[in-house]
Amino acid sequence: MNGLEDLYREIILDHYRNPRNRGELESPPAYRAEGFNPLCGDEIVIYIDVAADDRGVLRIADLRVNGQGCSISQSSASMMSGAIKGRTLPEARATIRAFKSMMSVHEARLDGDGEPGADAEAVAVKLGDLEALQGVVKFPVRIKCATLSWNTLIQALDEVETATA
Amino acid sequence: MALTVLEDGSLDVARIKKDFPILEVLVHGQRLVFLDSAASSQKPSAVIDSMTEYYETTHANVHRGVYTLAEEATRRYEEARAKVARFIGAGSASEVVFTKNVTEAINLVSYAWGRANLAAGDVVVLTEMEHHANLVPWLQLKMERGIELRYLPIDDAGELVLDDLARTLQGAKLLAFTAASNVLGTLTPVRLLADAAHAAGALVLVDAAQYVPQMATDVAQLGADFVGFTGHKMLGPTGIGCLWATPEQLEAMPPFLGGGEMIRDVRLDSFTTNDVPWKFEAGTPPIAEAIGLGVAVDYLNALGMDNVRAHEKALTAYAISTLTGRYGDDLVIHGPLDAERRGGVVSFAYKDIHPHDLSQVLDQRGVCIRAGHHCAKPLMRRLGVGATARASFSIYNDEADVDALADALADADKLFG
Repeated sequence: MNGLEDLYREIILDHYRNPRNRGELESPPAYRAEGFNPLCGDEIVIYIDVAADDRGVLRIADLRVNGQGCSISQSSASMMSGAIKGRTLPEARATIRAFKSMMSVHEARLDGDGEPGADAEAVAVKLGDLEALQGVVKFPVRIKCATLSWNTLIQALDEVETATA
Repeated sequence: MALTVLEDGSLDVARIKKDFPILEVLVHGQRLVFLDSAASSQKPSAVIDSMTEYYETTHANVHRGVYTLAEEATRRYEEARAKVARFIGAGSASEVVFTKNVTEAINLVSYAWGRANLAAGDVVVLTEMEHHANLVPWLQLKMERGIELRYLPIDDAGELVLDDLARTLQGAKLLAFTAASNVLGTLTPVRLLADAAHAAGALVLVDAAQYVPQMATDVAQLGADFVGFTGHKMLGPTGIGCLWATPEQLEAMPPFLGGGEMIRDVRLDSFTTNDVPWKFEAGTPPIAEAIGLGVAVDYLNALGMDNVRAHEKALTAYAISTLTGRYGDDLVIHGPLDAERRGGVVSFAYKDIHPHDLSQVLDQRGVCIRAGHHCAKPLMRRLGVGATARASFSIYNDEADVDALADALADADKLFG
């Protein structure tokens, strides 16, 4: 398909056809967040379980994705789930920043989270398969599709941090 | 212009296309196949030129200056109102209030009439297939005042279920519904519903956004108290819509927005309102847009609205038979399958391919369709889908455009199938 190769990379189509970590977790105890794309009606639900590892550090022990949407939103959610599962909360935040930075929508946070060095740290994060989504930037309307699950994840992490603070 | 209708009343689309400069634009090197006119139609040169000509020769504020230019601007603005009034069979030009769009027309009613007439427990009846523009203003009143909302349901074919109509309308103050669904195409029995509502003592508001652009409209025949429609879906510019209402309601309703133009006198502690329709037109109105809408009405009149409807119906029937004929069970069309019972919009699902992805692939072929919830999320939930793909037609579309859509679907299949 002329012109669409950058958007619909094979790995994106693979995650779309075979989404990873699809489903639900019992909530509670899982944290649950819903995201909507008001433009197109896509809906996504993220479930995360957190547990302390043997050194007492909180990790995202499990993560599931539910909802429906286009190939870009669904594949982005699927790849995100793989990249986030098992991470500590700061690692997850750094991955989110790295991804949103790639999508050119990384905005300076007004709540003090945008301290110097945060971007450098974000750039250092290896995005791996997620880099396949970089082509989406050429299709501005679709950026919101790609970031829907990530913004929903931020909501879920905010809840975790509020509850565990 | 007379040449754009053939002897048998069918539209000469090849000639009509030449009146629309945008159709010469290439998209990704391909001919533009514009199938999203239900969202906003394209504009003929006559409309575009009339607005430029107005700005170049006549512009001044209306209803204010006592000089030739201002008087001519006022005359043309009011002439446009008269054209629109005749186009919809209004008894007088003063029954037509210019608004920004249908959304503002409905909000005018919900604010001006609603806040004067609805209190906690009062009932407004809507349908399950309303556009957000005819849902949210009433939901706002529900949240602010505690009014009760009831909904006429639809069946799986996308038609209203009227078995419980009388009971649903019992005690209602208003029935507000679409005359033609922007998602399903469904044409609703406006007169029957209006009569039933009036028999129950309720007023009637009709969202005619998708109806006026393609049906010969006579507000007296529709039997409603309020009818909203918009210029940009009927070959006119954006930023100009209309609320038609009965003289009784326009006189009785308090004003909506306050400011200049809508007053007769203002003192430091009070004001009196202007006559209708200006009572509802606060501030400088969209003058060039009104004039452009008047020219769009001229263009549609020259074609003849019965011919326009016949064209839309024939093309819709062709689209339904082409899409189902080529793709069989892989393609599901939402809404009535009989073109007689629907307007010129065809919402469909193709395999499991998300409408966004379909639209993106079709765009590579220059084919523009709408993908999404069409500002009707409750209807999407009723249909059990998150979004639909929607092709919609206007007078400049022909069977070749439908064929281009059908061909392009095969591309999507190659990528996602």
